[in-house]
Amino acid sequence: MDLASAKMIGAGLACIALVGAGVGIGNVFSALISSVARNPASQAQVQPFAFLGFALAEATGLFGLAIAFLILFVF
Amino acid sequence: MAIELKPLEQFTIERLVPLHIGKLDVSYTNSALLMTIAVVLITALVMLGTRKRALVPGRWQSVTEMLYEFVADMVDTNAGQGAEAFLPFIFTLFMFVLFANLLGLIPYSFTVTSHIIVTFALAAVVFIGVTIIGIVKHGWHFLRLFVPENVPLVLLVLLVPIELLSYFIRPFTLSIRLFANMLAGHTMLAIFGGFAASVGIFAILPLGINIALVGLELLVAVLQAYVFAILSCLYLRDALHLH
Repeated sequence: MDLASAKMIGAGLACIALVGAGVGIGNVFSALISSVARNPASQAQVQPFAFLGFALAEATGLFGLAIAFLILFVF
Repeated sequence: MAIELKPLEQFTIERLVPLHIGKLDVSYTNSALLMTIAVVLITALVMLGTRKRALVPGRWQSVTEMLYEFVADMVDTNAGQGAEAFLPFIFTLFMFVLFANLLGLIPYSFTVTSHIIVTFALAAVVFIGVTIIGIVKHGWHFLRLFVPENVPLVLLVLLVPIELLSYFIRPFTLSIRLFANMLAGHTMLAIFGGFAASVGIFAILPLGINIALVGLELLVAVLQAYVFAILSCLYLRDALHLH
């Protein structure tokens, strides 16, 4: 296998990390919706935490995406 | 027909004013220029905003007060008692990261926080500062941070190394989180921009995606500044109160 195709496969594999980010973000917001649906008064308290969780979950997936970009465009 | 994509070109550092002291390269780069602009803008906003000190705030004073109260509230709820003294530091950190992120979103400008050395320097300052605060405040008791309470001795053998690792990995996660977000986001914008430039009449599709992505990046820029500041607050709470 030559280097160019190995790079493509590697970048594709690195993008699998985004599955985790998708699951995580979905989880965060589903929990937000169900908790606000149960207790609408709590929205102001739980929303900042939801967005904190969203940012943290998204960042983990982006590590993989950054690696994919580095493989494709740097090496 | 395909234009060659160079999405990482936007992160190149250019020497605007070459300057060498001995073997040390201290040139004034586009990165330094953007940092200077960020600092000047923040200073101008805060100084001009609070110049009148009106009882009923005008527009600029409202913006400044909102930002200040936002960070003050964040420090108050997350860093616990006795953390008011560190509010100026957290406020500076938040404003600098926020302005660096937002200035980077202007087309053809430069994103300071997309370079890991910048974010790592910020995170290292937070990490070293917080560790020194903890040691000065608690002395040897600071090491209790690594020993969870009410845990059987057998488990401690396992938990203490994990706690140690999770403590020392903090500057890396803190810096890589911000850096990877900015790098991935701006690369993605450049890639969709490249698509739009190369497909002719169908450019409307990638362009539409790009506009939506700019909106997402705006959210991410604010959110990552918030996350950086709030995690610094949480680390500070650990050092001040140990658990």
